[in-house]
Amino acid sequence: MSSKVLLEINNLSKIFADAENRVIALNNISLTVNEGEIYGIVGMSGAGKSTLIRCINRLDTPNEGSILYRNQNILDMNRQTLLQTRRKIGMIFQQFNLFMQRTIAHNIRYPLEIAGVDRKTADQRVKELLEIVGLEDKADAYPIQLSGGQRQRVGIARALASKPDLLLCDEATSALDPMTTQSILALLQDINRRLGITILLITHEMAVIRQICNRVAILDGGRVVEEGEVDEVFLNTQSEAGKRLFGVLPERASEDPDVPSLRIVFDGTAAEEPIISRLAVETGVYVNILSANMNHLQGKTYGQMIIEQPASLDEKHAVISYLTQQGLTVREVNKQ
Amino acid sequence: MSWDQLWPLVLDGLWDTLYMTIPSTILSYLIGMPLGLLLVVTAKSGIRPLPKLNAVLGVIINFLRSIPFIILLAMLFPVTRAVMGRAIGTQAVIFPLVISAFPYVARMVEGSILEVDRGVIEAAQSLGSTDLQLILKVLIPEALPSLLNGAAIVTVTILGYTAMASAAGGGGLGAIAITKGLNLRKLDVMYVAAIALVILVQIITISGNHITKKMDHRKR
Ligand SMILES: Nc1ncnc2c1ncn2[C@@H]1O[C@H](COP(=O)(O)OP(=O)(O)O)[C@@H](O)[C@H]1O
Ligand SMILES: [Mg+2]
Repeated sequence: MSSKVLLEINNLSKIFADAENRVIALNNISLTVNEGEIYGIVGMSGAGKSTLIRCINRLDTPNEGSILYRNQNILDMNRQTLLQTRRKIGMIFQQFNLFMQRTIAHNIRYPLEIAGVDRKTADQRVKELLEIVGLEDKADAYPIQLSGGQRQRVGIARALASKPDLLLCDEATSALDPMTTQSILALLQDINRRLGITILLITHEMAVIRQICNRVAILDGGRVVEEGEVDEVFLNTQSEAGKRLFGVLPERASEDPDVPSLRIVFDGTAAEEPIISRLAVETGVYVNILSANMNHLQGKTYGQMIIEQPASLDEKHAVISYLTQQGLTVREVNKQ
Repeated sequence: MSWDQLWPLVLDGLWDTLYMTIPSTILSYLIGMPLGLLLVVTAKSGIRPLPKLNAVLGVIINFLRSIPFIILLAMLFPVTRAVMGRAIGTQAVIFPLVISAFPYVARMVEGSILEVDRGVIEAAQSLGSTDLQLILKVLIPEALPSLLNGAAIVTVTILGYTAMASAAGGGGLGAIAITKGLNLRKLDVMYVAAIALVILVQIITISGNHITKKMDHRKR
């Protein structure tokens, strides 16, 4: 992956103030998004995620700081340059926000119309985009006739029409059921890989981050409390917000034990009980559970478990490879 | 009075009524529609907030809206004479009708445009729309069913005003019902003119509803 910086946010602050209230929505935020990556921003409701993403294309105006897009400060741009830049930064929304009185094809066509693209080129481009999102047969339908997942696909196609370099996703899967969420995440990943479009997504669901993001920032109370490679942040989370989001109950978050052991992280994709019992059956290794901080949310298991490291190296490798195959993250603690 | 005598009277009245209603409605929209859009666009939460202009507009519109039509009609006599050449008559009454209706249109349009989902507007902005593109390609088309519904209501309201316009020498079905019916104690004339008005209002309302439904793609 190239590590050219596409977006650089420096010391960004945003305060919402009226006569009675003063909310510091963003508090001195700095982060960089590299070209080609999928960058996730995760945080609880009210953490400031939407405000942050909306500042990037200036739907909201921050009070302080800078947002450099290809080294140009979006906050200093004149109107004309801003409009051109917005066409290079696509955005999709939790509620899809489609034009309800336009057909699907005309929704996707809108960005081309306002950019003055000629009719024939526009028609051709709309066709390509319908193919990319798999909605060729819905060109003449209206948004109301589509399911949530299909509407988000239209939102994605519309955002891609002007060939943006960056796609902003504001809780793009939060209104969708788990199956549809999977298909939209797969589509986003596909777009990132095939079209090379950088993605900045915000979500309150850690599973989304785990699934498609390369790097993550955890936002809490308008501040970035952790940032880094997803796996690293996931395994080493220090912040209260991180622990809550990863499903580790703060009061039960255990210290690493003194003995060599393995830390297993459950991110909602695998279940706890069958895995540990199947581990014994499949590998023939019986592990000793030292501690476990598990949370069960909506039938999914989140949390961490620490098991004693098997005595032999072979057994250790067998255990690690089995657990990794199951989609779990395993890390050695107090490596011998 | 026989049908042979009633028919020409009613047709004549119908013509005069439409002659007042249609141009008044069109002119009211020509003035009221941009003002309604301006009200939305310049509001504090609008796409181009201009609080002072917005406040001034609001005051003028509310002032005009709060004067009853019959009073406005009388107050405007000198202006109407200056603008239309004469103060009374079917044609002259179009002027006070427009003055009375355009603020109403502005508020109706404002209401319709405000119904457009905030998120949809933001999506259009995120795609790099200019303000004009936003107004012409998003706000108006997205609000179209509501705007058409409003237009039917405005038309019926102006139609109602035309009946009062008989006080300023305007013709029309309302004038016939009052001057040739009520005042001359010819009840048949009054009822026939009134029924013709009712039918006209029904036609406008029903076709308005029909078109509104047909244009609205948020259902089905
Ligand atoms: N337009 C606004 N006016 C006042 N306060 C706002 C506005 N938008 C957001 N806020 C406040 O800013 C904080 C962050 O909101 P938001 O960015 O929407 O959080 P998130 O998307 O992470 O849920 C919240 O406390 C919210 O109430
Ligand atoms: Mg939000």
